[in-house]
Amino acid sequence: MYYPSDNTTTRRLYRFPGGLHLPDNKAQSTGAACRKALLPERLILPLQQHIGAPAKVLVERGERVLKGQLIALQQGRISAPVHAPSSGTVIDISEQPVPHPSGLPALCITIETDGLEQWQELPQPLGDYRNHDPAEIVARIRDAGIVGLGGASFPTGVKLEPGAGQPVTTLIINGAECEPYITCDDMLMREQAPRVIAGVAILKWLSGARECLIGIEDNKPQAIAAMQQALEQHRIDGCEVVSIPTRYPSGGERQLIRVLTGKEVPSGQIPARIGILCNNVGTAAAVADAVLEGKPLISRYLTVTGEGCANPCNLEVLIGTPVGELIAQAGGYTDKASRLIMGGPMMGFTLEHDRVPAIKASNCLLVASTREAPDPGRASACIRCGQCALACPVSLLPQQMYWYARAKDLEKTQEYNLFDCIECGCCSHVCPAHIPLVQYFRYAKNESWDQERERKKSELARQRHEAKSARIERMEAEKKARMQKKKAALAKRPALKKGTSTQGDPKKAAIEEAMKRAAEKKARLAEEGVAPKNTDNLNAAQQRQIDQADARRGEPGVQGASEPTTSGKD
Amino acid sequence: MQFATITSPHSDRPNSVTSTMLWVIIALLPGTVAMSWYFGWGILIHMVLASVVALACEAAVLKLRGRPVRPALGDLSAVVTALLFAIAVPPLLPWWMMLLGVAFAIIVAKHLYGGIGYNPFNPAMVGYVLLLVSYPVEMTSWLPPSILNETPLDFIQTLSVIFGGALPAGLTWDAITMATPLDQMRTLLNQNMMISEIRQSPLWGDFGGRGWEWVGNWYLLGGVILLYKRVISWHIPVAMLGAVLVFAMFFHVLDQEAHPFGLFHIFSGATLLGAFFIATDPVSAATTKRGQLIYGAGIGALTYIIRRWGGYPDAVAFAVLLMNMAAPMIDYYTQPRVFGHRSGGDD
Repeated sequence: MYYPSDNTTTRRLYRFPGGLHLPDNKAQSTGAACRKALLPERLILPLQQHIGAPAKVLVERGERVLKGQLIALQQGRISAPVHAPSSGTVIDISEQPVPHPSGLPALCITIETDGLEQWQELPQPLGDYRNHDPAEIVARIRDAGIVGLGGASFPTGVKLEPGAGQPVTTLIINGAECEPYITCDDMLMREQAPRVIAGVAILKWLSGARECLIGIEDNKPQAIAAMQQALEQHRIDGCEVVSIPTRYPSGGERQLIRVLTGKEVPSGQIPARIGILCNNVGTAAAVADAVLEGKPLISRYLTVTGEGCANPCNLEVLIGTPVGELIAQAGGYTDKASRLIMGGPMMGFTLEHDRVPAIKASNCLLVASTREAPDPGRASACIRCGQCALACPVSLLPQQMYWYARAKDLEKTQEYNLFDCIECGCCSHVCPAHIPLVQYFRYAKNESWDQERERKKSELARQRHEAKSARIERMEAEKKARMQKKKAALAKRPALKKGTSTQGDPKKAAIEEAMKRAAEKKARLAEEGVAPKNTDNLNAAQQRQIDQADARRGEPGVQGASEPTTSGKD
Repeated sequence: MQFATITSPHSDRPNSVTSTMLWVIIALLPGTVAMSWYFGWGILIHMVLASVVALACEAAVLKLRGRPVRPALGDLSAVVTALLFAIAVPPLLPWWMMLLGVAFAIIVAKHLYGGIGYNPFNPAMVGYVLLLVSYPVEMTSWLPPSILNETPLDFIQTLSVIFGGALPAGLTWDAITMATPLDQMRTLLNQNMMISEIRQSPLWGDFGGRGWEWVGNWYLLGGVILLYKRVISWHIPVAMLGAVLVFAMFFHVLDQEAHPFGLFHIFSGATLLGAFFIATDPVSAATTKRGQLIYGAGIGALTYIIRRWGGYPDAVAFAVLLMNMAAPMIDYYTQPRVFGHRSGGDD
């Protein structure tokens, strides 16, 4: 059935534990419409902009590429391809600084743009996608290099593959955008709602979900109105725009699912386990582009904001555009710029410099002043006030986990469910002692993973060692068994010769019978007076041997010639 | 342009230990002003003296431990300990007892266990109990509230009593001191008097002793401030007051002449101060919500039990210390259900 869009307020919503009301700081960057960022001279495209295996380079240095051309192919099941965002020449394939919390460089393809924006021939638009095989559409989405644009950047194609688990009943479209400062999803929904809704329709059809809920925080009334209007025109059965209370981190996948459906995704499981598929609004728009226009993912909405840049705004940027150029287009740095953050203030990570590219997952560049992102200062001791536990959206006890993480008691941190931590930053934010709690938890997680790897390694070594010991032991045992068998056989032989116990042995009985027969025959012949000579009935070889022996003795019949030797016979 | 890198979150932190402690001090103001009004200058003198001693001890120990002194003093936790201690002891307590109690609280109960955040016991209560068991007479020699006091001491006289031990001419200790209402009630009940008889004395107000019950009201106001500012949560105070009330009312209903009305216990002694300011000391209390309910109820129950059947007129300090011991275990067994888990913290 079709829900009229004005029933958004009647839907029952649920609460997740904890969470924070944060000053949203979104007005700064929503003043003007989103504009296309200028074509940069160079585009830097990391081969890994997604969760999974990095893509494999398909182009060579010096090769000319066209806009939308596949330049790196996915490797393995969980991976995503990379496309050229503009036409130009590949000038470098090398390690470049990339936006990553580690600050480590990674392999990138660098394209010098030619300004022609010459498209390569795109795959056929599939406006009638409903007449196609869903697998074909999923393949199209995968080949378009689409990944989750909400931040996690998990390959969307993989998510859409029909899983072995439960069928999807509910599709959730994440337009919550709960983190302060970020407005790219807000602006996308305001300006491109029909495109987003078109993508939603495709995702709903692909997933086979009966119900589709588009969750948007209530601090974005314009986006809600635009989406409702677009939905009314597009008319997707069972689809509804839901205004949800503004409370960080309602945009977290598990939190949003809880708010909209009341269900909790079981710990350590994916939403598909409970029949839910979750996608971001930006991802939906990219899906629409790929299916309806054949366009790969080569651009996205990105917010440039903060007191450190002169004109906060939203830009539609080509993937691979250096961050510095985007900031320049947002009016450049102000004197207040003190920190460069990719992502929002709660979960974003700091960049050392602006020479890194914007990638598929980049939603925001926050050029923060010292007021906005002050130095946290020296942490003092935990006073166990429990503010962190109140703020935690997962109901963890950060104060306990911190205690054990500090003591490097990793087992205990896991007992306190360390791996349920979503690193939202609520605990660190409220901590009166200014302890970087999330950092401790990241550390504990990494250490645990390391330990797990070590454990697996040593487990493997142990198994190998045990297998080797077992093999040696087995061989020894076999050898021993063989020896014993031989010994037993040897021990049996004299017993056979003696022929003591003949009862029950048919062989021995037969032998004895034969011997008896021979004795009887001998006796009979003796009675007849014709004892057989053992030189009768000789074969040729024996005769020859006898002749030779006789010859060696010299004259035949000198000594007992009448009785030739019987050596060798008897 | 080169930027410094740090880890998320990058927000301006709204809370600090200093502001938390500052709010506790602010919330203590109404009650302490009321106490000074009823019990004279001694309260203020002891508050100042205790704060100075506490800060000096804290600085000295930090120096010995090789820790930065300034930020630790700036967190005001030593001042909170000192103030709680100062308003818990009788207003005319000799200065050296005050010094001993505060020094013991800061040096032994706090820093020997590792300083702020590491002390298993509430330092102010440790200091208080040390003095109570060592100097029971001095520690129970309270002044009568000013409305009943015919010979209030002025500032100079109070100073000379505290620092010199000399009473003004013509006054004796017996004349100027008086048992607290809790003490009085207990003594008289032990003499088999009935409550209706006891309450005929002008010492009594609506619920507790005259003057005393008003001090309790002002601490209650301070507690409301702390709740409103979210410095504390409601769990511990509500559970503690609830437990006191339930116990007191149960026995009151059994025998009205032998067990005072429930609100008497709420508005007497350190019940309200303890519920909002002492039991809620985060370091030594339980931290889970369910744990705080158990912890608070435990303090309430123990307070009543010790008051009724124990050897001391008031029992908040003992009850708090006893429950401090149980806090880690309570925390362990009251872990909340983690999101996405079916039950408990261990599945």
